[in-house]
Amino acid sequence: MKVLAASRIERCIGCHICSLACARLVHKCTSWDTSGIRIHSSGGLSTGFEAVYCLACDPAPCARACPTGAFIQRKGGGVKVKRDACIRCGNCADACPVNAVFLDSSGMPYVCIHCGRCAAFCPHDCLEMIEAGGGKDLSASKLEGPKS
Amino acid sequence: MRDHFKILKVDLSAGKAEVIRLEGRNEVAGGSGLAAVVFNRYGYFSRPWNHPEQPLIFAIGPLTGYFPLMSKTVCAFKSPYHDQYTESHAGGRSALSLAFAGIDALVITGRSREPCCLAVGSRNLEIRPAGFLWGLDVIRSGKILRNMFKTSSGHRSILRIGQAGEKQLAMAGINADTYRHFGRLGGGAVMGAKNLKAVVINGDAVLDQPDSRGYADLYKRVFKQVIDTGMMKKYHDLGTPANIMTLNSLQALPWRNLQASSDPGAEGISGERFAKDALLRNIACAGCPVGCIHVGFVREKFMKDNRYMYKQVAYDYEPIFAAGSMLGVSDCFSVLNIMDVMERVGLDVISGGVAIAWATEAFERGLIGPEETIIPLGFGNVDACKKAAFYLGTAANDFYRLLGQGTLKAAERYGGSEFACVLGQEMAGYATGELFFAAQSLGFRHSHLDSGAYSFEQKHAEKDVEKMVDFLMEDEVPRAFLTSMVACLFARGVYRPEVLSECLNVLGYEKLSMNVEQTAHKIRSLRWKTRFACGFDPDSITIPKRFYKVKSWKGPVDPAYLNALRSRYAERLKALADESQTP
Repeated sequence: MKVLAASRIERCIGCHICSLACARLVHKCTSWDTSGIRIHSSGGLSTGFEAVYCLACDPAPCARACPTGAFIQRKGGGVKVKRDACIRCGNCADACPVNAVFLDSSGMPYVCIHCGRCAAFCPHDCLEMIEAGGGKDLSASKLEGPKS
Repeated sequence: MRDHFKILKVDLSAGKAEVIRLEGRNEVAGGSGLAAVVFNRYGYFSRPWNHPEQPLIFAIGPLTGYFPLMSKTVCAFKSPYHDQYTESHAGGRSALSLAFAGIDALVITGRSREPCCLAVGSRNLEIRPAGFLWGLDVIRSGKILRNMFKTSSGHRSILRIGQAGEKQLAMAGINADTYRHFGRLGGGAVMGAKNLKAVVINGDAVLDQPDSRGYADLYKRVFKQVIDTGMMKKYHDLGTPANIMTLNSLQALPWRNLQASSDPGAEGISGERFAKDALLRNIACAGCPVGCIHVGFVREKFMKDNRYMYKQVAYDYEPIFAAGSMLGVSDCFSVLNIMDVMERVGLDVISGGVAIAWATEAFERGLIGPEETIIPLGFGNVDACKKAAFYLGTAANDFYRLLGQGTLKAAERYGGSEFACVLGQEMAGYATGELFFAAQSLGFRHSHLDSGAYSFEQKHAEKDVEKMVDFLMEDEVPRAFLTSMVACLFARGVYRPEVLSECLNVLGYEKLSMNVEQTAHKIRSLRWKTRFACGFDPDSITIPKRFYKVKSWKGPVDPAYLNALRSRYAERLKALADESQTP
């Protein structure tokens, strides 16, 4: 099972194309909030960017906190989401230690499902799919020099 | 999709706002077209620019948020520079923030009783007192504003002014998200006149998306074109500063107040030099994968014993020309230091650099002295340039206050108008010859982006007045539509009219998609008509003598040809404004 990793987030230019891709392709809406990955500047643009997304916990505290089985533990980490079962209690968002679950104004949760569709749109190769359990933000390719 | 415009109109005098439904989507599209319609409805042609009721308009287009590079915001207002209607465009995050705040335009009227900042979003609106920010520079106030409005970090846009805007200088820009600007023609002064230090736009809404598979496919196709064409290479790599060496070798790079058009010092401020020595990283406007914003750094030893500080300054071709070659400065770190001062005080770097270049020559000729300039000025004197930039942006005395209203205004009092490098406003960095000089002096925004004159001129040497003016008139039309979509003009090669038509169609703007060309003409006319209604007279614009003495790779400027271009272009513009047009 693979999971999303922002292995090279220090390359991020803050274009938000990944967030828009997730919203467009996974959640069928246009937004940079209702997305499994969200880009924030850390203290203004002069200090760079950070990606907020699911770090694929196993066991996942959000799944444990969900009272209706809408968030189900995913093999390899993270969760599968059954939207119809969600009662919008927000427990999942409260339980997430890295604020990876976004609640829209109606309380509907949005979280990364580790499908990797955002990664294909990143112009700087910040994102990749890695084997679960192999280290969350370090892959060998991060250590390579510049490509010609 | 909205078949109308949703406008948020905030009245700072009353401290209230209203949401307005405005028709006209199919007639004027958005962006430039929408801004002109809003000004015609809420603005006043004959009242002065700083009348409290004059609107400050921020408008976006129907494709913002839905397609890449639809990332500009059009800011429109009556300019303190010429007291006529104008537009200033900026990238950054404001376009997407406005789209996700759920509005097509933010319109600000009235004048706050005390300094204030305005925060808007899809579910919030707040006018907060901000007297404590008055007098603070752009960088410092940005840091405080980020703390004051903590929500939506990364998804909000912060527009603010520095001291230049507070002092209502016609060269005051509006800073957008630290590294971009509504730089030219005095938008910062309009905010200052409204007692408005900052606008915080919170993009927190979720927009509908077409059901069809076609939308995602078209997005992917456009995205791929952006990535695969030379755009990434051209604009991300060296970026616009690649022009420094090109123009210098063409003898078309203004040096020392345009006393020369080429200099071996260009190597020290070239795009290559900046990339090698001073480039810290690139960043992007929200919604654009190109990442053309080049952030440079300056490390500065401020005390002995290795006490260092560092600054980050975004650079581009135009600011490098204005704070570099125009001032006789040929070291990239010095250029960044001069730009940094102008950035902090909220001065448009192009206008500020060109104004200081004039002051430096006027000082050297003895027209002005230390009584006016406070410190002795000299080309290549970096400390003097930095100090002059600070005095100019803070209106430190009567001389600098007047200079901040426009170089020609100062030249009227002190002399030296013949060497003021002003083409409608302080020149952009292209001494390419007659066509560009005519184009900038009469262009709608007095910008090098009103048309591709500087580039056309490099490819067409023939002195054919009709053909050249035809080009200026024709090239403006698709650009007027692009800026109504708020597309970045770097993407003009991808967003051809037929592609824009497809994009509009897939989002459900069927009627607009079928009338791109017709709508483009209509928008262009409306903008000009609005400017003429404010008193624009092309015949009143002079081209200072300095421009007639330029020598480029084509040889010396031909005065008769320049005058013929100018007269013919003026005639064509007047005819355009006379065409019947219903706003």
